[in-house]
Amino acid sequence: MAKNLIEFQDVSFAYEEGATVLEHYNLEIAAGSFVAILGHNGCGKSTAAKLMNGILVPTQGKVLVDGIDTADEDTLLEVRRRVGMVFQNPDNQIVSNVVEEDVAFALENLGVPPEEIRRRVDEALAMVGMTEYTTHAPHLLSGGQKQRIAIAGVIAMQPACIVLDEPTAMLDPVGRREVLSTLTQLNRELGITVVLITHHMDEAAQAQRLVVMQDGVIRKDAPPREVFQDVEGMAEMGLTVPETIQLLDGLRKAGIDVPLEGLSVEECADELYELMKK
Amino acid sequence: MLKDITLGQYFPGNSILHRLDPRTKLIGVIVYIVALFLCKQLLSYCLVALFLAWMIHVSGVGVKAIVRGLRPVLIIMIFTGILNLLYTGGTPIVQWGFLTITVEGVWKAIYMVARIMMLIMGTFLLTYTTSPILLTDAIESLFGPLKKIHVPIHELAMIMSIALRFIPTLIEETDKLMSAQKARGADFESGNLIEKAKSLVPLLVPLFVSAFRRAEELAVAMESRCYHGGEGRTRLRQLKYNRQDFVALLVLALLIAVIVVLRSLHFVV
Repeated sequence: MAKNLIEFQDVSFAYEEGATVLEHYNLEIAAGSFVAILGHNGCGKSTAAKLMNGILVPTQGKVLVDGIDTADEDTLLEVRRRVGMVFQNPDNQIVSNVVEEDVAFALENLGVPPEEIRRRVDEALAMVGMTEYTTHAPHLLSGGQKQRIAIAGVIAMQPACIVLDEPTAMLDPVGRREVLSTLTQLNRELGITVVLITHHMDEAAQAQRLVVMQDGVIRKDAPPREVFQDVEGMAEMGLTVPETIQLLDGLRKAGIDVPLEGLSVEECADELYELMKK
Repeated sequence: MLKDITLGQYFPGNSILHRLDPRTKLIGVIVYIVALFLCKQLLSYCLVALFLAWMIHVSGVGVKAIVRGLRPVLIIMIFTGILNLLYTGGTPIVQWGFLTITVEGVWKAIYMVARIMMLIMGTFLLTYTTSPILLTDAIESLFGPLKKIHVPIHELAMIMSIALRFIPTLIEETDKLMSAQKARGADFESGNLIEKAKSLVPLLVPLFVSAFRRAEELAVAMESRCYHGGEGRTRLRQLKYNRQDFVALLVLALLIAVIVVLRSLHFVV
């Protein structure tokens, strides 16, 4: 088994006394995996994200990143260097008026020598496909491009993990696709662990592992294919399954025997094709 | 209307003005302003104007963008012009009721308006050709010695650069808010000054609320990217004086020297 990069050990968290968001929360995220965390607003998923790089520290229990306790002030920079974070609103996380200077921000904070910063910034921008915008002003870019800049700013730190808190919530479909494909590429090619917090089913479906949260509790934790098999259970939590599964589920309810496995449009089409042939 | 505000906008480019060390440009603008305020005769004003025109030409920013920056201060310029025109004593040329326009008044009005215009255009040229981060680097570097007496220079520089960074974002937001309020029947154009000011309240309240929310999110994002104050920070771009900087400083020294000499000579034009 791969080692755990992030470990929540019996974590409880409350913003103020009495209003507990997470209670006895346990979660392990393996190095190199692509995990999606799904849930409604207020289910505690953003809180869980902020606990992962020490923006918040648990009221009880421990969060370990690569074995380092996030509650320890002295090693906080080490934690943040390992776990990069991208937020929902691209405008509110860009620090500079020039793309390359924004990507360099984290490296400047870490005291990396200038030549090394130059090299890593160029690499990071190439990785997210934004090299041609190196000297542009970020406020003139599209939402999807801004989020890719934010991702570049994080991967320039060479983190072990990127946590993204609903990075596509404010983007149009094109921007969402850009961001998602960048993430899968980073995960596959660089082996960076990706934790994607979302409420879009089709985004969650692209992860290797899907964690469904409700009221601060993990309700499901399995590969997306398995999670989406339980159409009723998801509906009870007020979550819909992807349209492909909805279609197959409808057919099953009508008495047609199809497996509930075609998650992507292609797979779903193949299943339907097999069905027609029979 | 809000699109006219160009304060603090940076136009990326590769002119010699862009490539000068930001410290040189900062010192340059200060020298330029001092020179402008030392001007006494038409000749000095013409010299400074010529210098400014040269700089604008070299920067490649485009006269249009520079002139557009003047629009928000148009009212101030008109006021200054009229007040100087009417309230300067001397040889009268036109007398109309209690209003008197003097020869000296005409000259003074022209000088004052020209001074404001050139002041604004010159400082705009600095922010147009220097990225905010470089500008704050320059401020941090030039005023760095003040850190020894516990002036928080890094923090001040950071605050300034973030303020500049958020100007376009907040302008865009104000535009959206205005459209939203207009769609619900708000009227920002008619009425007297007080009514106009009142109509801005439903605009300013949401703008402030959102600015605070943005500030909070930005702070979290900055911390996430390991920001921990100015200690041990490095820079992507190192500041380095080149030969061109010495040439630029020499030109500026020459400019101010000529202005000072002209000032000590007692001729009118």
